[in-house]
Amino acid sequence: MTDELRAAPVPPASRLKGAARSLLVPVLAVVSALMIGAIIIVLSDLTFFQRLGADPGAALADALGSVWTAYGALVTGALGSPGTYLDAFASGDSGQIAAAFNPLSETLLAATPLIFTGLAVALGFQCGLFNIGAEGQLYLGAATATFVGFAVTGLPWYIHLPLAAAAGFAGGAIWGFIPGILKARTGAHEVIVTIMLNYTAFRLIEFILKFPGYQREGRFDPISKVTEATAWYPPLIEGLRANWGFVLGLAAALAVSWLLFRTTKGFEFRAVGFNPTAARYAGMSIAASTVMAMMISGGLAGLAGTSIVLGITRSLTSGISPGFGFDGIAIALMARSRPRGIIFAALLFGALRAGATPMQSATGIPIDLVVVVQALVIMFVAAPALVRGIYRIRVPEATGYEVFSKGWGA
Amino acid sequence: MRLELRGITKRFPGVIANQDVDLVVEPGEIHALLGENGAGKTTLMNVLYGLYQPDEGEIRIDDRVVTFHDPGQAIAAGIGMVHQHFMLVPVFTVTENVMLGVESVRGPLGQLDRPTARRRIIEISEAHNLKVDPDATVEDLPVGVRQRVEIIKTLYRRSDLLVLDEPTAVLTPQEDEELFEIMRSLKASGTSIVFITHKLNEVLEIADRITVLRRGRVVGTTTPAEATRESLASMMVGRPVELIVEKTPAHPGVPVLEIHGLVVRDDRGHVAVDGLDLQVRAGEIVAIAGVQGNGQTELVDAITGLRHPVAGTIRFGGTAVRMEPRPIFEAGVAHVPEDRLEDGCVPGLTVADNLVLNTYCRAPFSHGIRLDRDAIERSATELVANFDIRTPSVFVDIGDLSGGNQQKVIVAREFSRPVRLLVAAQPTRGLDVGSVEYIHRRIVAKRDEGAAVLFVSTELDEVLALADRIAVMYQGRIVDIVEPARATPQLLGMLMGGSLPLESAAPAGASPAVAGGPAT
Repeated sequence: MTDELRAAPVPPASRLKGAARSLLVPVLAVVSALMIGAIIIVLSDLTFFQRLGADPGAALADALGSVWTAYGALVTGALGSPGTYLDAFASGDSGQIAAAFNPLSETLLAATPLIFTGLAVALGFQCGLFNIGAEGQLYLGAATATFVGFAVTGLPWYIHLPLAAAAGFAGGAIWGFIPGILKARTGAHEVIVTIMLNYTAFRLIEFILKFPGYQREGRFDPISKVTEATAWYPPLIEGLRANWGFVLGLAAALAVSWLLFRTTKGFEFRAVGFNPTAARYAGMSIAASTVMAMMISGGLAGLAGTSIVLGITRSLTSGISPGFGFDGIAIALMARSRPRGIIFAALLFGALRAGATPMQSATGIPIDLVVVVQALVIMFVAAPALVRGIYRIRVPEATGYEVFSKGWGA
Repeated sequence: MRLELRGITKRFPGVIANQDVDLVVEPGEIHALLGENGAGKTTLMNVLYGLYQPDEGEIRIDDRVVTFHDPGQAIAAGIGMVHQHFMLVPVFTVTENVMLGVESVRGPLGQLDRPTARRRIIEISEAHNLKVDPDATVEDLPVGVRQRVEIIKTLYRRSDLLVLDEPTAVLTPQEDEELFEIMRSLKASGTSIVFITHKLNEVLEIADRITVLRRGRVVGTTTPAEATRESLASMMVGRPVELIVEKTPAHPGVPVLEIHGLVVRDDRGHVAVDGLDLQVRAGEIVAIAGVQGNGQTELVDAITGLRHPVAGTIRFGGTAVRMEPRPIFEAGVAHVPEDRLEDGCVPGLTVADNLVLNTYCRAPFSHGIRLDRDAIERSATELVANFDIRTPSVFVDIGDLSGGNQQKVIVAREFSRPVRLLVAAQPTRGLDVGSVEYIHRRIVAKRDEGAAVLFVSTELDEVLALADRIAVMYQGRIVDIVEPARATPQLLGMLMGGSLPLESAAPAGASPAVAGGPAT
């Protein structure tokens, strides 16, 4: 390199620029996904084709109108509408204000487990581990948290809730420990082991839910006892479902960020993740990092479980997660394994999920559209070259491709 | 083929990689392209090979202007390139690798026509003495042979001009010679060769003409008859360069590293170090000379705790240390590893992080489990300045630095803490003259501070220049320890090859740690 490239402190402006650049692809991915979603809305409307022949102009205008309505419903369903907020504040009625905030509350509620599972997967990525088992770890965490939630009684909430949440973390951590120790001791690939442990977890949960003392009295279907109210995450605002689980999620993101970038353990995780040979040369224990990272990753997924059973359902069934653990993979990818990015990615996915139902009831466009949009977002994020190609963005000179995992063969 | 590059300019954001470069390669000429790392040699060749489009300038082949938009067009025009990192599929055979991309088929079902390809490979390999078994699987072949496969690949595609990008960086001295024979044979058959390197001896030995690049510009073109090592080195670096290491006689003190009866197995379970005894004292540089693969890697791994010995003892300063990397570091051992990208640094982490790769868990860089980012950054900024590491900032990913600068990061990290024993394995491999000179001076400075230095190299020049004692390693043992004054390249060459010269059957008892005779 030439002399011009001698060491100089990075000016704050260029750091800002770097941040903007790292946001560019995800933002454009979302925009592109929504545009393709719009095309799908238009094309799935049969009358559009019938009218296209007769009056193309009006047909196109109508099509744009229906896209506008659908996305409008999606946005107001996820964030609430300005009109409702204004009316509610004008009325001064606390019930009405709470109702106005309901869409936002639903978004936060949907985002909460995704923050945890996104963090779980991202932490694994940073240590070179591909934890596909967040779903199973989530269920294990939910099971242990539920148990502490109903079996321990008579405690004040400020002891019971942390205890139940800690039990959830521990449950997930145990389920993460298994692939961790197997990889460290025998080299068993964590992808295979965690996939298999997902199935094991599902069956184990079904077994536990039928277990006398765990199953709810008088019920024959697999459902747990109801947890004590002292173990529940209190609502952020009385009358809304969004609860302190979301705040715990934010705290977890900060904690993971601190762990990864500000502690010796996190330094070891990342060194092992990028180059295990050099990590060993530097005196780090690859086995210890692997086990610990898998346990923390599992624990975070377990907390996702607590955010459901202690935040929404109050009890455990085998259907509490529609794949939050797998969405966590997408979120971690979208956020490039950065904890702060995960909050935003989880909020985006949460908003899509929360807005989907109102959109369906307002326009008749099926909820599945949102799943398609989510999938498109992931696709565009996973293929940055595609986005750069579409928008003709020049590749930055120092191509910082994130290494997520060592791949299958490692 | 006559190749002419005229006024090639290639800019990258913030950097001019090539500026107004002219280069003429005559038919049947070996043209050496010499320059430091980052001088723009590889960029220029990538422009020629169609991987980059020049911003200005033109390429002429046999006086016809050509433009290549991708390597396919360059290959079609008769240009073949052997990259520094081989482009081979390890699990394929030699024949399959050579055919890859230009497969010939036969029969109605379009089966691969391996027999015809195989015949042509044998023809090519016989014509140019490229000894290769066409049916061998590439992953089983040593590096030197893989390189021949790459050369065969280009000839199979009927290249008239061959670009060899630092071909000797990965070769042993014997393999170097074999490669030069192949190059002479190709030249005799009319093939032009562009030979990219920064090793001066090789250039003077093999090239017909030499073009020197510095910072993207042509500094000059000369011939081996007119040039000397010194003149080439100063052309490359832009200032006079000391090719001889200045050092005073050693004043050895107490033994720091004592090895007795060491036996180490390699990855495949074969005995690689076979009952080795060695002593390195404070204030001296002991060089391990030997052909690659005689147990040097395993010896260094054992000393640094990366590989557990089967038998024998290793003691540092008279005390036994738990043989794991961290306790060994803490005992004051610094290690510049053989493979800098594989072992020495973590691409993906910043320069600053790599500078504390093995000290991050100690004060002042951490308190408890909390990393002190300010202390790390301050120390990194200081080291970058002191060790002349060329990087835009300490927050740059080390993977984006040139090889020489990556090595400087490792050297800075290892040399900047109190060191009683320095183990440096091939510390200058693949580096340019300026960096080599620099690292040699640092090693001597460490010795003068009183550190014991164990230095492993396969390059005789370097061993002769740097060592206070030369321990020649052959088949896992130290066959002789030679004083540099007594050592000639001939003597060392014979010892490295396993033959003990008659007159030194009883080596002068100068060294306390002469071990076993030649292995049988």
